[in-house]
Amino acid sequence: MITEVARPGFWTLLGERTKAELRIFFREKDSLIFVFLFPTMFLLIFAALMGGIDVTEGMDAPVVVNFKQYFLPGMVATGIIYTGFQNLAISIPVERDQGVLKRLRGTPLPSSVYFSAKVIQVYAVSVLQLGLLLLVARLALGIPLPTDLDSWFTFGWVFLLGAATCTALGIAFSAVPRTGKSASAVTVPVVLILQFLSGIYFPFNQVPDWVQTFSGVFPLRWMAQAMRSVFLPDFMVAQEPGETWALGTGAIVMGVWLVGGLALAFRFFRWQSHKDG
Amino acid sequence: MPVTENVVTIKGLRKEYGHKAAVEDLDLDIHAGECFALLGPNGAGKTTTVEILEGYRHRTAGEVSVLGHDPHHATREWRERIGIVLQSSADETPLTAREYVSHIGSFFPAPRDTDEVLDAVGLTAIANRQGKTMSGGERRRLDVALGIVGRPELLFLDEPTTGFDPEARRSFWRLIESLKGSGTTILLTTHYLEEAEYLADRVGVITHGRLVALDTPVGLRTEVEGAIVEWRQGGKKREKATTTPTALIRELAAKHANGDGEVPDLEVRRPTLEDRYLQLVDDSNGEGES
Repeated sequence: MITEVARPGFWTLLGERTKAELRIFFREKDSLIFVFLFPTMFLLIFAALMGGIDVTEGMDAPVVVNFKQYFLPGMVATGIIYTGFQNLAISIPVERDQGVLKRLRGTPLPSSVYFSAKVIQVYAVSVLQLGLLLLVARLALGIPLPTDLDSWFTFGWVFLLGAATCTALGIAFSAVPRTGKSASAVTVPVVLILQFLSGIYFPFNQVPDWVQTFSGVFPLRWMAQAMRSVFLPDFMVAQEPGETWALGTGAIVMGVWLVGGLALAFRFFRWQSHKDG
Repeated sequence: MPVTENVVTIKGLRKEYGHKAAVEDLDLDIHAGECFALLGPNGAGKTTTVEILEGYRHRTAGEVSVLGHDPHHATREWRERIGIVLQSSADETPLTAREYVSHIGSFFPAPRDTDEVLDAVGLTAIANRQGKTMSGGERRRLDVALGIVGRPELLFLDEPTTGFDPEARRSFWRLIESLKGSGTTILLTTHYLEEAEYLADRVGVITHGRLVALDTPVGLRTEVEGAIVEWRQGGKKREKATTTPTALIRELAAKHANGDGEVPDLEVRRPTLEDRYLQLVDDSNGEGES
């Protein structure tokens, strides 16, 4: 064959692969319920259970902040860690166990396209997920959303950086579960413990000092704290450690985990399962 | 690109896992346009060999060339020219058969038409069903569809018909014949001797990582001289390979002279490929234990 054939370009392949990734994500009940809808469901449940509590009680506060408003930034951070980290850390081992990755590896699909499509999947799903979460928060629960540009700018970069960090770590962590079946059991507790340490489920100032310090090693704490700066009134900074939102420190910690996650992902990513040599 | 007489060339291939050699000193050429069947018991090194050729595993020693390239350094251009149907099929995809075939096809420069491929593997009627709702046999046909959609010059089929009913196997054979007709070189591994006999131009038998026989199916079968004699004795079926079947029958007849003179369920037949294959495996097991 002498005829020069037209090889599909990077963007064509990326479009194809992204379409497939999104179809797969939204057709799997597990990922739809336990990743996509979970933060919204949790917000509704917590609002129903603890909606009567004001976190500003005993404070000299200009406005009252209800627990459900305090809970919202935690659920935003949860959405990002679920879609970036938990989703990939579970679905990649399952795909590896089922031979999907091995099959793709045997085709001309460049691995750069495979990983880029995963990143786009995370961002596309997160945008829809957080959109739904904020819509429900505003319309169903009457939680006030920020009206100033500054807050939304912070929301934007924390979301972009946080999702990148979670995606890199999710891909890196996918090397840990030995089988697809064990992937949820290995991943979910890690996320759950991080959530408790990072003050997602209750006000962070009620967490012991050493836990505040310890959780500062991990990116989720800083992502949640930065999101609180977006969704809580400014005076609430008084409840934060050191009475600062610590956006700079947060950016550094997330950035370090992003670089570390990428390095680990490159080093340890596996296309084939252990039993498959 | 240069026309290569041999699509696959293997010289002195060796693969070790730890200190155990899974493949030892294997030499093999596969010609352009042929269907070559690699036979052997489980653990003989078939899949290891094939996965080295597919670029999934790295060899310990030896030279390997597939379509003029070393599969150890697989490139995108090279992957565009091969098709792979892996041994295990556990892909519970929520994509439909049509979506999946079209998706994988989109990676290749000149893919086959999706509907044609679905038709060829007999999935047209369930083209809009998700992979995870399919039966094992249907999913296996989807695997084959995904392996051929890129219009490969060389197709690897690792135990493609495991779990097929006889009818599905027949229709699969016709598909492979039509691929052969269009010039595709095929490397098949299989447990089914009749499959190798029907499809393969040449057969290689591998045991304990070594190639112990290499011939056409007919040639391999006729390597066994003599015949197989079967009869029933004490309610049990007996079988004996012999180069002197007439003498054996005379002997049997003498033993049964007291009754009605008939040897129960007597049968004399030419050895099949399976007989020859089992003989080869038995021989090598004897050596393997030494």
